[in-house]
Amino acid sequence: MSAGGGGVSAGAAAARIARRPAGRTLARRRSLQGIGYAAPTAVVVTVFFLVPLGLVVWMSMNRWRLLGAPTFNLPDNYTKIPDNQLFLDSVVFTLKYTAIVTVLLSGIAMLLALQVQQPRRGVGFLRTSYFLPGAIGFAAASLLFYGFYSDNGPLDSILMDLGIVDEPVAWLGTPNAALFSTIAMVIWRFAGFNMLILLTGLQAIPTEVYEAARSDGANRWQMFRHITLPLLRPTIALMLVLSITGSLLAFDQFFILTRGGPENGTVSMVMVIYREAFTRFDLGGAAGISVLLLLVLVALNIIQLRVLGRER
Amino acid sequence: MTAVFASDVIYAPNYTSQGLYLDITDRIDALDFADKLAPAHMKLGTFEDAKYAVPHTLDLSVLFYNKELYEKAGLDPEKPPTTLAEFADHARTIREKAGGKIYGTFFGGNCPGCYVFTFWPSVWAAGGDVMNEDGTESTIDDPNMAATFQIYGDLVRDGVVHPANKGEAGPTWTGFFGKGNIGVMPMPSTTLGLMPRKLDFGVAPIPGPDGGESTFVGGDVVGISSTTDKADAAWDFVAWTLSEEAQVGILAKNKDVVGRTDLADNEHSAQDPRIATINSLVAKGETPYSLNFGATYNDPNGPWLKVARDAVYGDDVKGALAAGKEPLTSSLGQQ
Repeated sequence: MSAGGGGVSAGAAAARIARRPAGRTLARRRSLQGIGYAAPTAVVVTVFFLVPLGLVVWMSMNRWRLLGAPTFNLPDNYTKIPDNQLFLDSVVFTLKYTAIVTVLLSGIAMLLALQVQQPRRGVGFLRTSYFLPGAIGFAAASLLFYGFYSDNGPLDSILMDLGIVDEPVAWLGTPNAALFSTIAMVIWRFAGFNMLILLTGLQAIPTEVYEAARSDGANRWQMFRHITLPLLRPTIALMLVLSITGSLLAFDQFFILTRGGPENGTVSMVMVIYREAFTRFDLGGAAGISVLLLLVLVALNIIQLRVLGRER
Repeated sequence: MTAVFASDVIYAPNYTSQGLYLDITDRIDALDFADKLAPAHMKLGTFEDAKYAVPHTLDLSVLFYNKELYEKAGLDPEKPPTTLAEFADHARTIREKAGGKIYGTFFGGNCPGCYVFTFWPSVWAAGGDVMNEDGTESTIDDPNMAATFQIYGDLVRDGVVHPANKGEAGPTWTGFFGKGNIGVMPMPSTTLGLMPRKLDFGVAPIPGPDGGESTFVGGDVVGISSTTDKADAAWDFVAWTLSEEAQVGILAKNKDVVGRTDLADNEHSAQDPRIATINSLVAKGETPYSLNFGATYNDPNGPWLKVARDAVYGDDVKGALAAGKEPLTSSLGQQ
């Protein structure tokens, strides 16, 4: 019965298609093909992004303990955010960290990229060396540096053997020392990756432009300022977006190297979210902060891309 | 669902109060040795007079002291300190006599749980308390707490403590003693079997400022999940873990602490006086009871670490502890 019905409707559909002009059929097949290609990604995005996102928003509207049934409590999880002093402090700290890391990282990545831009002897070795730390997992890199910075670690031993210091340096001993020790690790880990991004942009600038400028008598700085930088603008925008977003979401490095200390001097925003959820078992409160952070990040990225990605 | 349900003993009150454990009062009481189970663990596994969990693994804080360094410093390697003041003297002497890379003692100064584990026994040893009975109010202004922090703070200021103390956040604090360059320090009993074979060291109870002895009875408890339909099978296993076969034949054989006070003297502890010392402390030690223990005392961004650091590294111990009373109590009382 159903098989017969299916056969009839399939036949009718075939008849309808046959009556259509050939061009429309092709367009239809193409669009079906497109949906087919996009479907796996769409499923992945739905299951692993949209559904969790919806769940987080829902959680942020409930009193949601780690165990036990949730109860609806909108807007409590949002209204209590301003009372969370640790979170307010973490906002200031995270912005400070983001500003310092982004400036240093971009500057160093640019120097590295310019250094290895032209094919020369040994450039392959340098490019590989600069990029290599990027192949190490971020958490593993953090642990590695925790070892370097420890009092029995190699860094102190070398400095003491060289007679530069007399006793172990407290690399993570004060909030500022901890911040800059962490930033050093982050730069080591990410400078090569950012260099690679800039390098792709640099390679895309036609050499004719430089040749024309050179025949007009432009010096190196003028060429950098008036050719490289403007033509690199979209690439720099991409690097900045990645760096700023990544830094605002900083977690692993501080969680492993400093645990937010000393004196709560290095608590990032995501660490507060983690603490609310898994130390204080308040998943609803953590979700509230997460949603807020998400909105800010989306707004920030829109502004950044508008400002930096704008065509001349 | 899971049937056998083990947890860090310190979180047991939180879990029992939320009804995650099955009431096994009758099953426990039917055991011949019910009254011999580690009392501190039993206290934490009990909620509103019903019993939910039994000791599973025990991890006690005790003093480890390096006998070789004691001899080098002219101290008697068979006479570990019996007061915290004497502990400080020994540590000072070792630092002075040995010098160089040898330090008197060590503790995790940026690790909230380490302070709890290594400092609190000195308060208990002197008869003091860290919280009220229900774990809802901090009694950090106890004079024994101040005396304990004062002794450790003075050791830091005199350079007797390995300089890594201030930054030590926890992951590596037990690694120092095994390297052989620390004189005497509180350590977890579970590291006894992990120490290098050639290290000649003794074990002693953690004393109070002027004497007494106590320990923090850490480790895990085990019970049965309240949602399981295999409670009988689960109890079979849990009961077996408490049998002499498991306690002596497995735990004691591996230099671990037994969870039954009636088995404290066994063939393995007879061979190693250090294990006998640790086992004897199970009945004397304490495990602090509080529903909000983790968020109050183990959270590196919580109130306790700030109080402890202010007290050790600041110059006003009593003031720092007094200032901590309110934030700690407020954290203990949160819903």
